[in-house]
Amino acid sequence: MSKLVLTGVGCRFGNVAAVDDLSLAMAAGEFVSLLGPSGCGKTTTLRMIAGLLHPTSGTITMDGEVISSPGSSLPPEKRNMSMIFQSYAIWPNMTVAENVGFGLEIRRFSRADIRAKVDQILEVVHLGHLRDRYPSELSGGQQQRVALARAIVVQPAVLLLDEPLSNLDANLREEMRYEIRRLHDEFHITTVYVTHDQAEAMVTSDRIAVMNQGRIEQVDAPRTLYARPRTRFVAGFIGRTNFLDGEVHGDKVLFDHFTIPLARFPEAGALHGRVSFSLRPQSIHLHRVRVPQQPLGAAEGACVIAGRVVQRAYLGEHWDYAVRPLASALQLRVTARPHEVFEVNESVWLELDPGQLAHIHDKVAHPG
Amino acid sequence: MRWRHLDRSLLLWLLAAGVLVALVANPIARLLWTSVQGAGGLTLDNYVTAFSRWRYVEALGNSLILGLSVGVLCAVFGVPMAWAVSRTDMPGKSLVWIAVLGTFIVPNYLSAVAWILLAGPNAGWLNRSWTALTGAAAGPFNIYSMPGLVLVVAASSFPYMFVFTRSALDLISSEMEDAATTLGAGLWRTTLRVTLPLTLPAILAAFIVAFLEAIAIFGAPALIALPGRFQVVTTMLWQFFEFPPKVEVAAAYAMPLLAITVLLFWLQQRIIARKGYIALTGKGGERRMVRLGRWRWVVLGYCLFVTSLSFFLPMLVVLQAAFAKAWGRGFSLDNLTLHNLRFVLVDQPLTRAATVHTFVYGGVSAMLALVLALAIAYIVRRGLVPYGRALSYVAMAPFVIPGIVLAIGFYASYTSPPLVLYGTAWILILAFTTRFLPIAYANSDAALRSINPELEDAVRILGGGRLLALRRVVGPLLKRGLAGAFILVFIPATRELSSAIFLCTAGTQVLAVLLFDKSDEGNFEYLSAIGLILVLGTVAMVLAGFRLVGRDFMLRRTAT
Repeated sequence: MSKLVLTGVGCRFGNVAAVDDLSLAMAAGEFVSLLGPSGCGKTTTLRMIAGLLHPTSGTITMDGEVISSPGSSLPPEKRNMSMIFQSYAIWPNMTVAENVGFGLEIRRFSRADIRAKVDQILEVVHLGHLRDRYPSELSGGQQQRVALARAIVVQPAVLLLDEPLSNLDANLREEMRYEIRRLHDEFHITTVYVTHDQAEAMVTSDRIAVMNQGRIEQVDAPRTLYARPRTRFVAGFIGRTNFLDGEVHGDKVLFDHFTIPLARFPEAGALHGRVSFSLRPQSIHLHRVRVPQQPLGAAEGACVIAGRVVQRAYLGEHWDYAVRPLASALQLRVTARPHEVFEVNESVWLELDPGQLAHIHDKVAHPG
Repeated sequence: MRWRHLDRSLLLWLLAAGVLVALVANPIARLLWTSVQGAGGLTLDNYVTAFSRWRYVEALGNSLILGLSVGVLCAVFGVPMAWAVSRTDMPGKSLVWIAVLGTFIVPNYLSAVAWILLAGPNAGWLNRSWTALTGAAAGPFNIYSMPGLVLVVAASSFPYMFVFTRSALDLISSEMEDAATTLGAGLWRTTLRVTLPLTLPAILAAFIVAFLEAIAIFGAPALIALPGRFQVVTTMLWQFFEFPPKVEVAAAYAMPLLAITVLLFWLQQRIIARKGYIALTGKGGERRMVRLGRWRWVVLGYCLFVTSLSFFLPMLVVLQAAFAKAWGRGFSLDNLTLHNLRFVLVDQPLTRAATVHTFVYGGVSAMLALVLALAIAYIVRRGLVPYGRALSYVAMAPFVIPGIVLAIGFYASYTSPPLVLYGTAWILILAFTTRFLPIAYANSDAALRSINPELEDAVRILGGGRLLALRRVVGPLLKRGLAGAFILVFIPATRELSSAIFLCTAGTQVLAVLLFDKSDEGNFEYLSAIGLILVLGTVAMVLAGFRLVGRDFMLRRTAT
């Protein structure tokens, strides 16, 4: 278990900044995901932590020791880390047991110790019966488990995972998410997990760092990240959402043909001029009659807006509606439970809770 | 600085880069330097000497005539065969394929010996058959002539044309031809207007290779042109080395050869790189064979005619002579003997030693070339030293240096202090290593490319250094590919004549040089026996390659 701190880390390839002024502090034993679209710099960041790439600015420290800086970097083999690669990188010329035991061999464990530890970890990942197979004889999921076992058995200071599940089929992927979290709960290794799949990040992580264009936009626990995104990018990348753009006028916020009293917003004090909010489709409820009876603009409770259903789709687990507030150009996406059936063109009441409107910025307000 | 941060294997990479530069750059630099050396310091006198005599200039002209004629004849031989094998329902394709492979295996100087047996004035088999059939006083064939030399060299180089053209044809889908056919074009028009133009860049590239091979070759011209009383560049260079050796003039005289080679290889790369025009999109699409009907026997006849000239007839007469008491007495049981082979392999110390040298030098240089090539390819692929890309060009540079020119560079570099290697085996071994380094490099690079770098990253992150990753993971995974590369270097190294001829001394003879030296004595039974040993060695290697790497491994050499 080690503390890992990235301070102002950047990595340029020619004129392109793959990673730009990135800072992140991880507690010992913490599980943090780097989440973002492809090309956002998350794998570059991971490879810098591993020592496979050198930063062009900033430093990375582990337990207080500088391990990467533009001047010099500790080679990967001296970092006491483990990594799981997108390709698994299982050595095809070694059996499962040889693959898993390799790191122990380098650490000069006795033959008996290696055998015992390998057998133990293979049991943990449910591969005990395959110890003498070659990788080509294993399924993708089994190879994945070999990679996990090989990385964990050496009890590294830091465990790095680079999109480890992207080559698995959907069912297996879901199963392995829980497996990875289970192993973390068992061994408490400081872990950095790179993925572009938000569900993976949410299942596995203590905190998620959402990356975009080489920068971290927000680092927070999964629930906070979903409920209170701080930027337009984060709100749009994590789950689906509605963007509401408005303007503060006196004690009201004016939106497109409807208003909400300023006092109803949790962050009322921070709102000035033009403001934007993210509102999740589940946070809006549809009603045929105007319940609850508070008029729009009441001091407390939900806000209610008249609207009309424009589009709908039944997706089995829920309904997906597009609703337009009266006279507004806005279309709000609303998720409703299967029994809440409305027809297209039907007049409805939209009930929304201003407490769930997350105030967002267009750009990251970068500290320092 | 932080010592813990230093990757110790870096020293090894720098050492490899240093060795490479010394091995390749030194001979070339010394060659250029020597060519401007005179008694009183720097001078252009050597160039004046080299190009002021008509005899010398005529040899240059002869080489150009030889190169162009060989290129044309190779196309005449190779293109129809490639089309027949790739696109038609001609029978006996595997026989043709084996004969082409066989042609690759016969060294050009052995082919020259065979053609002397076949078409030497009066005594040659073809002339004797002619007089027997027609009752004429003398046969019409004289191999000791320019046309004779062109035939011998073309017959041994046309496989390049065959292989290049065939791989181009293999990538053209029938759909492209169908497009022409549906517009009303017949078979011949389609072939001439669509198929042939699409393969033209490949044919042109092969033409250049054949041309360069022909002007750089030493063995066949030395055996045929010298008795025929005409000179080409390579034989001229050889004469500059007759005692007392005029190395400076030779260096100057070699420059046009070097310049033409560099220029044409550059041109060839340009031609090959124009993939857009060739429309070789990788996926060949579906291909159907052209049905030739009765013509297929005619086409097969042509293929067998060409391969008879290149392979069947030469091998037949070489085998006969190698096992004959006197080759002129023909094919009869009482003319059979194992004496020639025993003499070469066992009885005569000189030839026995040369046999050992041939295979030991070949093996050692193949090993050295492979180790160096692998190290350089690794450095370049993983970006381990700054400006690593430049190293790959250095490693490939010997490809555009004719063997004979490289030999003169080696001679100039290592006959005088600080490093005197002349007279030792090392000058031969290092020359072979350098000469065939590009083959080793291209193969090592291709093999490395097939390995995901993450396999090494995984070793390093678990605490192993680069060297451990190479030893435990990369090495084992490359084994097969490198075995193939070893063989591809070993084969030409055992047969190399054009550079060995300048660098051999009495104690370091190899079979190819011995064969050439013995040709003065006119003892063709011994020459054939020596040639046969080389061919058998090659065949054994090729078969080993097939078993290790698969049927196509020979072809990778042409991919460079």
